[in-house]
Amino acid sequence: MSPSPVTQWKALIVDDEELARHVIREFLESHPEIGVAAECANGMEAVKAVAEHKPNLIFLDVQMPKLTGFDVLELIGTDVPVIFVTAYDQYAMRAFEVHAVDYLLKPIGRQRFDAALERAKGRLGTKMPTAHELAATARPPQQFLERLVVKDGTKVTLIPVVKLDYAEAQDDYVALASQGKKHLKQQTIAGLEAGLNPDCFVRIHRSYIVNLERVVRIEPYGKDSRLAILSDGTRLPVSRAGYARLKALLDERK
Amino acid sequence: MNLTGSLKSQHRIYRVAALPIAGLLAYVLHTPDGLTWLDAGILGFALATTGELISLPAWYSCRISPLQRTPVWRLLTTHLVAAQVLSFLWLGVGKLIARALSFVPSLHGIDARFDQRTTIVYAAGCVFYLLAVSFHYVSLAQDASREFETRAMETSIQAREAELKALKAQINPHFLFNSLNSISALTSINPSRARDMCVLLGDFLRLTLGLGEKTSVRFSEELDLLEKYMAIEKVRFGERLRMHEEIQEDSKICLLPPLLLQPLVENAVKHGIAGLPEGGEIRLAVERQNGRLAILVENSWDPEAPPRRSGGLGLKNVQKRLEARYGKDASLRVDTEGELFRVSLSLPAESEERA
Repeated sequence: MSPSPVTQWKALIVDDEELARHVIREFLESHPEIGVAAECANGMEAVKAVAEHKPNLIFLDVQMPKLTGFDVLELIGTDVPVIFVTAYDQYAMRAFEVHAVDYLLKPIGRQRFDAALERAKGRLGTKMPTAHELAATARPPQQFLERLVVKDGTKVTLIPVVKLDYAEAQDDYVALASQGKKHLKQQTIAGLEAGLNPDCFVRIHRSYIVNLERVVRIEPYGKDSRLAILSDGTRLPVSRAGYARLKALLDERK
Repeated sequence: MNLTGSLKSQHRIYRVAALPIAGLLAYVLHTPDGLTWLDAGILGFALATTGELISLPAWYSCRISPLQRTPVWRLLTTHLVAAQVLSFLWLGVGKLIARALSFVPSLHGIDARFDQRTTIVYAAGCVFYLLAVSFHYVSLAQDASREFETRAMETSIQAREAELKALKAQINPHFLFNSLNSISALTSINPSRARDMCVLLGDFLRLTLGLGEKTSVRFSEELDLLEKYMAIEKVRFGERLRMHEEIQEDSKICLLPPLLLQPLVENAVKHGIAGLPEGGEIRLAVERQNGRLAILVENSWDPEAPPRRSGGLGLKNVQKRLEARYGKDASLRVDTEGELFRVSLSLPAESEERA
């Protein structure tokens, strides 16, 4: 697997099945300009390998344990061309079509593989659509996020949304508060809001989304604004529009 | 049949019956020295048209005291009391009408003449009530049997649908495409294993289609199918997939609906083992005891795994098919205990010698 002198590209193969990785490795043998930097059997390994090897191309399986292909893309950013690989997932396939992302269907054919590779080479340097856009399109209708993935250095944390207390916008990031800890994630608060179930999470303020389960009471605060008191004592500002949304939701629940 | 529909049809029947009833009433009301034929005719018609005062409440009293589930003493008291009250009411209405009619010059004194016949009107009311009650009981019984037929038909249609879905679910596209991809990889690594896998996949598909056509299969046939399925998945997952079986010998001759076991194990692979980087074990325990067949499928899983699509469809389908076939006599229970996911199935142990 050591790069030969003609190797200009470093590829990463991510799939939890050994045989599936083998097919891709075999097809790559006829492309000496591409060397396989590493193979990963799951998403966690992939995130690490990307940081370590800085590959130019990633073959990424969609359905894997712990982290899905979409989660991996979200964590590694979208500077590297990715070719998704999937056996059968109608929603993911639709997302790839909509966002013109290359993907291969198992069983993978040689011709299709070569064509995808050519296109990936041409795309070098151009950005992929963001992982959020892609994942949002791939989400089956009426389904919301069940967990959030956060990367802190090379450490990956999974936060089930039921354990999310609130989220706070901080410039290009959102701070996710869960079980007394805060995790920074590169995402807009509107993007996060779109993925959360609106029956459980409310945008109470331009900069805050709160988990309805955590709200203990609302207190007036100054003219026109209020404070939401959470079960752990946290106090969050509630704007006028936010209060209207909160009230509508609470009335609905009664 | 719904409540209002039933009432409406009764209302229609009554309208048809009202005319002969009016005639009968006129006949019993007429007396040579009391009500004239004209009086009796008019009053008979008036009483017949207000007869629904008796027949409609009778319908309600039948509904609240179903024939089979009400003690005799309650049936008797309910209907006797209702008969008295309603006849009295009816008689009252008749009196009011007679009173009103007495203001018509040619019918002067009709109310006094009517008063002589109150006993017979009262008795007619009671008889009329009892007739209405028996009519209603008959039609309620008809409704019930019709409803029973409809429900039986619906159940059988649902069962058929579930069977079809099970068949479709069997040839799970994800499983098929992944297996083909494995074969594709093996063709260059190990051609003879690739061929074995083709044969396995062929056997699996053939068995699935064959079993799907039957209504009952021996448990041992299900185990054969399972063996093929596991052999294919083992090629895909390698060391990650481990299986532990504890199958009681006499359970193998039991009869059960086809394709019940394999979806449970497929579920364990898809939602359990496939979500674990290091894989895990599936435990299958089957026991026949006291006329029951108990099947347990237990697997390790990651409670925080990314949600897989179409989660739980396979289980729901198995549950529907059990319900359609055994009703309340079979059960499917799902419980989780930390990193263990458990599906327990219990159904009557039928076997060929008894069937």
